[in-house]
Amino acid sequence: MAVITMTINDELVSGVEGQSLLSLIREQGIELPTLCHLEGLEARGGCRLCLVEMQSTQRLLPACTTTAQEGMSIQTHSERLVRYRRMILELLFAERNHVCAVCVMNGRCELQDEAAKIGMDHVRYDYLVPELPMDATHDKFAIDHNRCILCTRCVSVCDSVEGAHTWDVMGRGVNSRVITDLNQPWGSSRSCTSCGKCVQVCPTGALANKGSTVAEMVKRHDFLQWILDGREKKQWVMHNGGSEGRR
Amino acid sequence: MKRSDLQAMARRELDRQQATRCRLLCCASTPCLSSGAATVQQALEQAVTDNKLDAEVVVVSTGCMGPCSRGPMVTVQLAGQEDTYYENVTPESARQIVAEHVMANQPVADKIMPSDLPFFAKQHKIVLANSGVIDPERLEDYVARDGYAALAHALREMTPEEVCAEISKSGLRGRGGAGYPTGLKWDLVRKAPGEKKYVIANGDEGDPGAYMDRTLMESDPHRLLEGMAIAGYAVGAEQGFLYVRGEYPIAAKRLEKAIRTAERRGLLGSRVLESSFSFRIDIRIGAGAFVCGEETALMASIMGRRGQPTPRPPYPAQSGLWECPTLINNVETFGNIVPIIAHGADWFASVGTAKSKGSKIFALAGKVNTTGLIEVPMGITLREVIDDIGGGVADGFSFKAAQTGGPSGGCIPAEHLDTPMDYESLRALGAIMGSGGLIVMDNASCMPDVAKFFMEFCTDESCGKCVPCRVGTVQMHRILERITNGSAAPADLQILQDLCTMVQETSLCGLGQSAPNPVLSTLRFYREEYEAHIQRHECPAGVCKMTEAPTLELVEALPRRIRELGTIPMSLA
Ligand SMILES: Cc1cc2nc3c(=O)[nH]c(=O)nc-3n(C[C@H](O)[C@H](O)[C@H](O)COP(=O)(O)O)c2cc1C
Ligand code: SF4
Ligand code: SF4
Ligand code: FES
Repeated sequence: MAVITMTINDELVSGVEGQSLLSLIREQGIELPTLCHLEGLEARGGCRLCLVEMQSTQRLLPACTTTAQEGMSIQTHSERLVRYRRMILELLFAERNHVCAVCVMNGRCELQDEAAKIGMDHVRYDYLVPELPMDATHDKFAIDHNRCILCTRCVSVCDSVEGAHTWDVMGRGVNSRVITDLNQPWGSSRSCTSCGKCVQVCPTGALANKGSTVAEMVKRHDFLQWILDGREKKQWVMHNGGSEGRR
Repeated sequence: MKRSDLQAMARRELDRQQATRCRLLCCASTPCLSSGAATVQQALEQAVTDNKLDAEVVVVSTGCMGPCSRGPMVTVQLAGQEDTYYENVTPESARQIVAEHVMANQPVADKIMPSDLPFFAKQHKIVLANSGVIDPERLEDYVARDGYAALAHALREMTPEEVCAEISKSGLRGRGGAGYPTGLKWDLVRKAPGEKKYVIANGDEGDPGAYMDRTLMESDPHRLLEGMAIAGYAVGAEQGFLYVRGEYPIAAKRLEKAIRTAERRGLLGSRVLESSFSFRIDIRIGAGAFVCGEETALMASIMGRRGQPTPRPPYPAQSGLWECPTLINNVETFGNIVPIIAHGADWFASVGTAKSKGSKIFALAGKVNTTGLIEVPMGITLREVIDDIGGGVADGFSFKAAQTGGPSGGCIPAEHLDTPMDYESLRALGAIMGSGGLIVMDNASCMPDVAKFFMEFCTDESCGKCVPCRVGTVQMHRILERITNGSAAPADLQILQDLCTMVQETSLCGLGQSAPNPVLSTLRFYREEYEAHIQRHECPAGVCKMTEAPTLELVEALPRRIRELGTIPMSLA
């Protein structure tokens, strides 16, 4: 594997050819928010939080879908990037009804975390307050569309890891919605294996185990690496000892 | 079919055409059909039969002749005379044309559209050369006008490398909006490693009001197929896809028929013109999403997936359909290939400006006297297009703005009417060449309202994949809604502007990246209109109702009111 060198925030770093910018950035201990991407799933480039600035062209590219290249020079936290990240988070909070105080994920939500980290104290846009349903027809899980940020991690994990492809997206623009089967109640889904992978990867309180109440829901991401290691390297070791799987 | 068979077919058809004394061309494109061209054609045919003229007069249904607002259009071609154009033809006037013009050589004066009008004289037809002249459903008509000769020439006398070089040398740039050099793109695909490659013609044409590509597909389908086949030969592809917008059933039907005819004659399919080159073309019909015109979304749609863009790189030239190198060009871009190969790159490059070569088709619409489809040399000024070709702004109105590029473009004010229409000059004005929409607006248009219209379009058409476009367009639309109903606060303008730049710079695909353009360009040239709405609560054009009150203003005024009243200690206020 060929080695490449590039510059991140004025520091010279080296990585391997074909590596994503995101993984190289994180190897340096730099924190970069990612709400649509999750290690182990196919990069999507949808949330735009991981955008970094190319020094040569000033263009912004998502670190999750961009391959690190020899000689590249990037900034990860320029004033412009931080400003835009905050605007994107505000747009997300304004899009649906994120009422943290009564959410099963309060205190452990990735969206809430990122907003707190960036110092978002208010939203300058109109709250769109859409009228959205919940689907609690499944025996074990429930989905609350009010808290969904359309990251499609659930769609991706169900398709590429579980192989069930129960989830998909319906509609477009702000009217998009994740659906089970062909927009049938989750509980009546014939393709759902009730494995719960979607629930575990969901960054917010949109997908949760039934019966959890405010701030009770804990999500684990470590299973994903465990399955992928098992598949690809035939190693079945749990890295995180089963603790909360997030980075 | 060999090259010699092609030449024989052309000769036979020319002989046949010369044997008829008169050809009556009747436009059968969507605009004329919707104003009754079908009954006009029936009337012409009936009159020919009734007068026992079948042996010497033929009625031909053709593609678009251009002045669509004056349709149905009929052209009379009498042997030894110049063509005569008739406008607004009705079944009665059709019978009159046959009785008086064809039989008695007395043109029907009050229906004639003079052919020396600047509408015709200032145009330069390269792509639309056959449009309105040939019957799009007859291969023989196309072949008689040197159809498929360029393909035969390329296959026999040029290497793929030479074809790419010729296209590069011509200076042709993509007509789908961005203006990427076509030859360069072809060469990238040609050089890309891979056994299997694909060619795609983008006929999705989603800009509201635009119909350049539809016209080309309806009026001259074989030109498009021939251009695609030449591209296939140049890049090393054996399969092409024609992506046709779902709302274009006539175009799809004619293309389907043209493909089948060409395959039957050995002009497409395996061993094209008895060479070792094979090329198949299949049609894919879109389902009415604007975003499916974006190349990565279009490819996803062809592959049967949800029509949603994916980040570039990788570009289609590296990894497109089923991860194979893929050439994707706009339909009009392909329409330029045959003339370039037939007449040479230098001939093509002699038209246009230093960096924008050839011609561009525009759908001229709005407040001008003649609207319709026009093909003009690059570098022509907007003033010439509006005053000469369009016959000027309609009486009693005054020019305010020309909008190009639809929801991705911008508005050009009167002081820039002498700007040459080329890719760079238009971009410098914050408008774009776009795919060819050109709307002329007069003083009765309100610019914030226009911006709102296009933003609403983008809100509806955003695919929803990335946050800035999905939610940002809705928020921008909300602010424009407030500006145009009177409830905007001064702070809204800054929030709007900040959103514009953010959405431009952070969106995943061109839809989001260009969605703020109409707002930014109207803010640049008509800022005082926005300010009039916000500060004085009035719409200078008198379009907006301004029925709402600004809520924020009340909140801001409160501390001042309290201070004035003096009922609260100053330290608190
Ligand atoms: C939202 C969006 C819509 C588009 N719609 C079209 C279209 O309808 N027709 C088209 O030819 N190109 C369209 N494009 C441009 C294509 O992505 C692509 O650049 C073009 O087909 C390339 O062809 P060209 O190089 O010949 O212009 C669109 C781009 C975007 C971002
Ligand atoms: S339900 Fe959760 S994982 Fe699925 S798209 Fe919504 S936020 Fe993402
Ligand atoms: S910019 Fe808009 S249309 Fe393009 S990917 Fe993002 S949401 Fe979809
Ligand atoms: S994590 Fe890269 S765009 Fe969402």
